[in-house]
Amino acid sequence: MIDFGYGLTPSATLKIENVQNPRFEALHELEPDVVKCIACGSCTASCSAGCFTEMSLRRVILSLQRGREKETLPMLRHCMLCGKCQLVCPRGINTRHLILSIGKVYGLNEEDGR
Amino acid sequence: MIYQGKQRIWSEYQKEIPTDHWFYVRSCIRQSFFPASEKTFLEILRDRLGKDIYETPSHTTCGGIAYHSEAIPQETMMTIIARQFALMTEAGYENYVCSCITSFGLYSEVIEDWREFPELEAKIRENLWKATKREFKIPTYLAHASDLVYKFRNEIAEQAKFRLVNQQTGKPLRVVEHIGCHYAKMFPSKGVGGAEYPYVLAGMVESWGGEVIDYPERRHCCGFGFRQYLVKANRGYSVSNTHKKFESMEPFEPDMIITNCPGCPYFLDRWQYVIAEQTGKTYGKDGYGIPVFTYEEVAGLVLGYDPWDLGLQTHQVAVEPLLDKMGIPYNPEDKYKGVDGKQLQRPEFPMNIKCC
Repeated sequence: MIDFGYGLTPSATLKIENVQNPRFEALHELEPDVVKCIACGSCTASCSAGCFTEMSLRRVILSLQRGREKETLPMLRHCMLCGKCQLVCPRGINTRHLILSIGKVYGLNEEDGR
Repeated sequence: MIYQGKQRIWSEYQKEIPTDHWFYVRSCIRQSFFPASEKTFLEILRDRLGKDIYETPSHTTCGGIAYHSEAIPQETMMTIIARQFALMTEAGYENYVCSCITSFGLYSEVIEDWREFPELEAKIRENLWKATKREFKIPTYLAHASDLVYKFRNEIAEQAKFRLVNQQTGKPLRVVEHIGCHYAKMFPSKGVGGAEYPYVLAGMVESWGGEVIDYPERRHCCGFGFRQYLVKANRGYSVSNTHKKFESMEPFEPDMIITNCPGCPYFLDRWQYVIAEQTGKTYGKDGYGIPVFTYEEVAGLVLGYDPWDLGLQTHQVAVEPLLDKMGIPYNPEDKYKGVDGKQLQRPEFPMNIKCC
């Protein structure tokens, strides 16, 4: 092997089809609408908590799909279940129900703020 | 989507290309990387298609590499380009065609800037007059050389001696088409098919009998990116970009790559050697790489030019597997002979990628 003084950097590509994500599959079973999300961000833009905290439902859904639960679930404790996101969702997702379902499947507890 | 609807939408992505009387400007780097490409282009247009195409030895660089590397300011680049337009005006032409994608992007950018800011154009006119006592007209029509080959692709197909078809299996060759970023990503309306459906190379491949491969990273940059390569500390980004493309296209088993930019064929070709020497991996069959061509070289092969007259011996990745597939005769003894038939020095061969 020749040392050229530079080299390949590892790819940051994540192949979702190769990710084993049983908890998200369980969430999908309980809440089929979760895969309807097109990540448009309307929920995040209208979020009452989003202005003051890290809460972003768009990021929550994307991150759960990618198996990044640890950094995602603490966001949800800022949600006040006001339901504004449900009013603006162009895909008609019942976002409040979705957030409660995430709590059930991923086991959000008192420590997480619920 | 209904067919008529598709046709209507597609009509918005068409580009009108004049058929004759062109002022041609060469690329700085293509003449050393792919020495016969521009010569072949001129020969095809003048001798095979009988077109009027003029070039002048007074033409210089457009300043693109220095501009994109932030080595010269915008005004300097614009004044250089104003001088090229002055050469065209003096020669009595109105249609301007350039060989280089970077130049094409830059010319489009300059013309658009001048349209938006007429005071800037006035200043550049003054700069040019002070420096060279020249005046210029903005070209009525600006094209990239691949636009012209695209325009005449069917005429070339009519004169074809070989087609992009595997002679052993009778199936179309599987072709990766890679379009330079500065062709239509900056000014989509200036390219055939725009930025969304660039068709300039796909049209050639289809006319000449090949099959275009659609793979996930099809529109990804080749990896040149100017400072990504020019600054050695960044060079890993460049090769990683190219690596990403090859990893993406590999499962589709391409027979060849066709490009329309000076940098893309160079980097897609040379980085295959670097990747092979660093990781031991090659992307063609039996230890070979995937041969990479400019569109003029492919047009030349289709028209029956001798591969060594097309300068294919200057490629890093061996082209012989593709010539065998297309059934193009060649003499391996002549590969490293000069124009006068004298044997040139043979190159040193790499360890991990076969070069015949």
